[in-house]
Amino acid sequence: MILQLDSIVKKKGKNSILHGVSVQIPQSSFFVLMGPTGSGKTTLLRVAGLMDKPDSGSIVFQGKPVPGNRRELLKTRRKMAIMFQNPVMFRGTVRSNIAWGLGIRGVSGREAAIRIDKALELVGLGDFAERNASTLSGGELRRAALARVLVLEPDLLIMDEPTTSLHPSFKTDLLRRIKEIHAETGSTFLIATHDFTDALAAGTEGAVLRNGLIEQTGSLNDILFSPKNRFMASFTGMRNIYPVEFSGSEAELGGLKVKHTGERTGHGFLAVPPEVIVVSLTETVTSERNRFAGRVKAVERKGTNWDVTVEVSGVEFIAAVTTGALSEIAVSPGSLVHISFKASAVHLF
Amino acid sequence: MSYLAEALSIAMSMILTGDQVVYSIAFRTLLIASASTVASALLFVPLGCLLHFGRFRGKQAAVGFIQTMYSVPTVFVGMLVFLFISRSGPLGGMGILFTPWAIILGEIVLIAPIVTGLTISALQSTGEGLADTAFTLGAGPARVALKVLSEAKYAVLTSVIMGFGRAISEVGVAIMVGGNISGYTRTLTTAIALGVGRGETASSLALGLILLFLAMIVSIAVNLIQHGARR
Repeated sequence: MILQLDSIVKKKGKNSILHGVSVQIPQSSFFVLMGPTGSGKTTLLRVAGLMDKPDSGSIVFQGKPVPGNRRELLKTRRKMAIMFQNPVMFRGTVRSNIAWGLGIRGVSGREAAIRIDKALELVGLGDFAERNASTLSGGELRRAALARVLVLEPDLLIMDEPTTSLHPSFKTDLLRRIKEIHAETGSTFLIATHDFTDALAAGTEGAVLRNGLIEQTGSLNDILFSPKNRFMASFTGMRNIYPVEFSGSEAELGGLKVKHTGERTGHGFLAVPPEVIVVSLTETVTSERNRFAGRVKAVERKGTNWDVTVEVSGVEFIAAVTTGALSEIAVSPGSLVHISFKASAVHLF
Repeated sequence: MSYLAEALSIAMSMILTGDQVVYSIAFRTLLIASASTVASALLFVPLGCLLHFGRFRGKQAAVGFIQTMYSVPTVFVGMLVFLFISRSGPLGGMGILFTPWAIILGEIVLIAPIVTGLTISALQSTGEGLADTAFTLGAGPARVALKVLSEAKYAVLTSVIMGFGRAISEVGVAIMVGGNISGYTRTLTTAIALGVGRGETASSLALGLILLFLAMIVSIAVNLIQHGARR
């Protein structure tokens, strides 16, 4: 582990922002700290980046507790670099901005020039070295700020919402570059984002923060496919989440019996991803164990696909249907349809 | 009206022909205001930095107090300094009352709140993000402070020039602790005050025009600096 945060408590005035957060960041990982706005991500990043002291809890970096001695602390800090949500550039050129961190580390001259050029190439700003930093666009500014931290070759690179307020195409491009740079440099990346799709596009593992506490941690696949509670299911973008009464491998949902592959009893929640629900005009013989007849309530465009909302005995299921499939079945509000989904596709929590 | 026109014509001629008395007063005024401004900058820009970066109880109150002192009456400062440097005052031993040094000291006190307060405002205007960025790029506290100061240099310079503007145009301090002694502590403002009282309109007008010219230079300098900062 490159960084271990244990039982971190951080207060702002009388309000507690972090209530005892414990996270472990593996060496060379691309760790994504997720959570809705106001969950405490930035506060946790500032503590992890040794900018703010926690009110209690311990921080272990590269196997050693963070030193209290100022000089030693500075040495430890210089093994990290942080890129903020809204990066601030200094007066001067892009090159002078990138050179600043190197300068205070005593790196100058030819070595500095080589490292600056390499960092600019990495972020795709090879021709921007002599540009005045104040003339950069939003996307260019983020990339210049990224070059400014990359040039320091930190062991741990922390980024707070690096793609916020960027145009979707720039966002994808920047995330792709960050991912490539991670693979190329082998450093540990710790990124905070409120957007789970951003997290999936970039990282491999992470933790979800909610109200100053870690809600779930692990591989992003586990978080995506096995959300441990209703909040996590909503956060990961899951829809069709219902409160149910479990009884063995069935769940009572309204008047419906939904089959699943688990064994549970009592109250809980289940979710059926819209992508696994098949909509057809006639009841077909399939291996899917959940089959219900219902009436289409709404058909709405969702990007390039469509959301078809089907009401079954008072329960609404949203099915994600491609444009091609929708034109084949040609349903509209009021149409009688059949929906089916596999028992194994049902998530329980 | 013809009286004013005649006075203006004499004043212009005094300026254009390089009247020795007028120019010696102008030069002395410039020297005194410059000395007090430089001393103020050396003392109070660092104090502004300490107050901005320091974390201590009562910081807000201290900054608030400094800001309310921007418009402290010059005669009040003159009186305070007089009480301190008069023979029976705590600094009476220095023996500087009614010397140019007394005016310099008084003007340092007078413009201290402006230089300190506007330096704090200049540093605040850079935003927390700048200091945080310098910090996370590996700077220690002193280097963070220097970086922020360097980024705010135009605004800090403006605060110093504003201080100079107040020093060169004040009359209360110069008259109370300088004594308006001809050829020694007489400045543009005290000479104008005296000249108008004596009915020496032409020379007062000439001195007034020079003062106006210097004030305009200050204003132009501030504008140029602010324009440079925006670029």
